[in-house]
Amino acid sequence: MMSYAALDAWWWPYVFIAVAGWLATDIWRWLGVLVGNRLKQDSAALTWVRAVATALLAAVIAKLILYPTGELKNVPVALRLIAVSAGFAAFLIFGKRIWIGILVALALLIGGQLLLG
Amino acid sequence: MSNPSAERGVHWFFKGARGIASLPAIILMSAFVGFCGFAVEAGIPLGETVFMTGMIWALPAKVLLVGSILAGVSLPAAFITVALSSIRLMPMVAALIPEIRTEKTPTWLLLLLSHFIAITAYVFTMERIRDVPREHRVAFFAGFGTTVTSANIVLVAVIYSTVANLPAMVAGALFFLTPVYFLTSIWASTRDRAGHIAMIIGLALGPVFHQVAPEFDILYAGLVGGTLAFVADRVWKRRSGE
Repeated sequence: MMSYAALDAWWWPYVFIAVAGWLATDIWRWLGVLVGNRLKQDSAALTWVRAVATALLAAVIAKLILYPTGELKNVPVALRLIAVSAGFAAFLIFGKRIWIGILVALALLIGGQLLLG
Repeated sequence: MSNPSAERGVHWFFKGARGIASLPAIILMSAFVGFCGFAVEAGIPLGETVFMTGMIWALPAKVLLVGSILAGVSLPAAFITVALSSIRLMPMVAALIPEIRTEKTPTWLLLLLSHFIAITAYVFTMERIRDVPREHRVAFFAGFGTTVTSANIVLVAVIYSTVANLPAMVAGALFFLTPVYFLTSIWASTRDRAGHIAMIIGLALGPVFHQVAPEFDILYAGLVGGTLAFVADRVWKRRSGE
């Protein structure tokens, strides 16, 4: 029923992407502009909305690590967790430098796989 | 006749455009290599992958859309999945707009430019915007946003045919880059305590709700986690008499 593969026409996937992708993301951006144009800084409502957004994003991050797509699926979950935890710890310890966190996490992920064979 | 203000606007536009050589932009491009590999693996043709890159722009939304396509869900279901996960764009845009606009900035221009706002543009702009004179901030953001988006569209088109030959370990690492980058960059750009509490609770609640209600896990984790963080922050404030 109206899935991506439902119609054989060349344009259907583009319509699917435009509606489920472009419209589904840009309506929030447009709404954000309208809200942002009126927004009172430091209001309680703004703090709440920002907290919800951050928690949403954190849940996305956790899912990308625990239930990944693509090649990452073949890396043991324990190694993924160790790599991201160590990377985040290194990021915090060394003055919140993002590149240090990424370097440590990736080095452990790749190094761990080489060790495990 | 030369207009010195317009000339300076062009100067700041190119200054923003030069942000393509910054760490956030380079990491984002690596993540796009990973996404492109995922799209190839999922069997999404070149034209549609490029179209997605330009039209959606936000990386997690694209990954979710490809996931929905793979699962064979209907258009309304895919729309709801992507829309729910993209609610976060609204507060991000709402927080960024007051930083870049002046009273004279037309709303249509902001609506147009808002398309270029995603996590990377948000982090990059919030970090640097204070060093840009207010009347040139829109130009600075436009320079960065249009350049980084165009560069990634070209990147995806160019690497599409070769990305499938990436060694598995490299492809896995590129997929790992995105969550690690999001985790560190969002933590670094969050300034309020409620945001940091929300981050920790959200990380824990994401997997919990994934077990309970996998269809709406992100939304539930966001609403419950964000509200808990907000309340915790209020209680903390009252206790410490801030």
